[in-house]
Amino acid sequence: MSTTHHNASGAHGGADEPHVHSHDHGHGGGAPHSTLKGYMTGFVLSVILTAIPFWIVMGDVFKSNHTATVVVLAFAFVQIFVHMVYFLHMNTSSEGGWNMLALIFTGVLVIITLSGSLWVMYHMNANMMPPSVHDMRNMP
Amino acid sequence: MSTTAQMASNAGEAPVFYLTEDHHPENGTLLGFWLYLMSDCLIFACLFAMYGVLGGSYAAGPGPKELFDLPLVAVNTSMLLLSSITYGFAMLEMQRSNKIPTLIWLFVTGCFGLAFLGIELTEFHHMIAEGAGPQRSAFLSSFFTLVGTHGLHVSFGIIWLVVLMVQVGQRGLTAVNQRRLSCLSLFWHFLDVVWIGVFTFVYLMGVLR
Repeated sequence: MSTTHHNASGAHGGADEPHVHSHDHGHGGGAPHSTLKGYMTGFVLSVILTAIPFWIVMGDVFKSNHTATVVVLAFAFVQIFVHMVYFLHMNTSSEGGWNMLALIFTGVLVIITLSGSLWVMYHMNANMMPPSVHDMRNMP
Repeated sequence: MSTTAQMASNAGEAPVFYLTEDHHPENGTLLGFWLYLMSDCLIFACLFAMYGVLGGSYAAGPGPKELFDLPLVAVNTSMLLLSSITYGFAMLEMQRSNKIPTLIWLFVTGCFGLAFLGIELTEFHHMIAEGAGPQRSAFLSSFFTLVGTHGLHVSFGIIWLVVLMVQVGQRGLTAVNQRRLSCLSLFWHFLDVVWIGVFTFVYLMGVLR
C-alpha cells in the first residue's frame, strides 16, 4: 500500500509531508526542548536540593524543629520547580499554554485539598478530644 | 492527501474525502497524557492530605523516629534521581535516532527503578516484621497507603518500560514508539516529583515532628 508510513528518518516523523500543518511535525519526539545541558543542569540542581534537606535533618543543623521544617519544605518546593522546568520541560508556550493551564488548575486544587483538610481536621481534633474522666463523672 | 487521490485514481474506487492515514498531531497525545498525570497528582494530593491528618496518630505504637532509616531513604532517593537522569539520556539518544544506545539507557533506567523498588520493599518488610504493619496505627495505615501507591506507580512504570523496550527492539524508533517513550518520560519524571513530596513530607518531616 502506498499509505505506509515513511519513518526511515525517525526523528523527523512527518517533516517531509508537504501538506497541512507541516510545522506541527517538526519534532517527532514531542519533547523538543530536551538537551544534554538542560538535563545535567536539572540533575545537579536536584542533587544539591536533595542533599541539603537530608543534611539539615540528619545533622540537626537547626535548633528549632519548626525552622528546620520550614526550610526543608522550601527546598522541596524549589526542587519540584526545578524538575518541572528541566525534566518535564514545562513552559508557558508548550501545547499552546494548555499544559500550564492544567498545571495551575491542579496546583490550586492541591493547595485547597491539602490546606483545607489539615485546617478542618486539626480543629476537629482539637474540639473533639475525648473528655477527661472527671468531666465524664460530672456529666448530666 | 496526495496518496488518497492516487489511490482513488489508480484503483478506480469511490473517492475518499477524509484522511485515511493517521493524522494525530503529536501534541494531542502528550496533552492528554499530561491531563492524566494531573488527575494522578490529585490522587496523591488526597493521600498526602490523609497522611497529614493521620500522621500523628500512633495509637501508642512506634513513631517515625523509631521506624525511619534516613540513610536508606537517602540511597532510595538517589536511585530514583539517577533513574530520572538516565531516562533523560535515553530521550536524548532517541532524538538522535540511535536505537541501541536508547535501549541501553532504558535498561539502566529500569535497573535503577528496580533498585528503588527493592530497597522500598526491604524497608516495608523490615517494618512489618517488627510488628509495625499497616494495621498497627492510623499513622502506619496512611504511611503504607501513600508510599505503597507511589511504589505501585513505579512498578507499573517499569512494566511499561520493559514493554516499550521490546517494542523499540522489534520495530525501531518509529514515530509511534517515540510518542510512547515521550509519554513514559513524563510519567517517570512525574513519579520523581511525587517522591520529592514523599521524602520531604513523610520521612524528613516525620523525623522532625
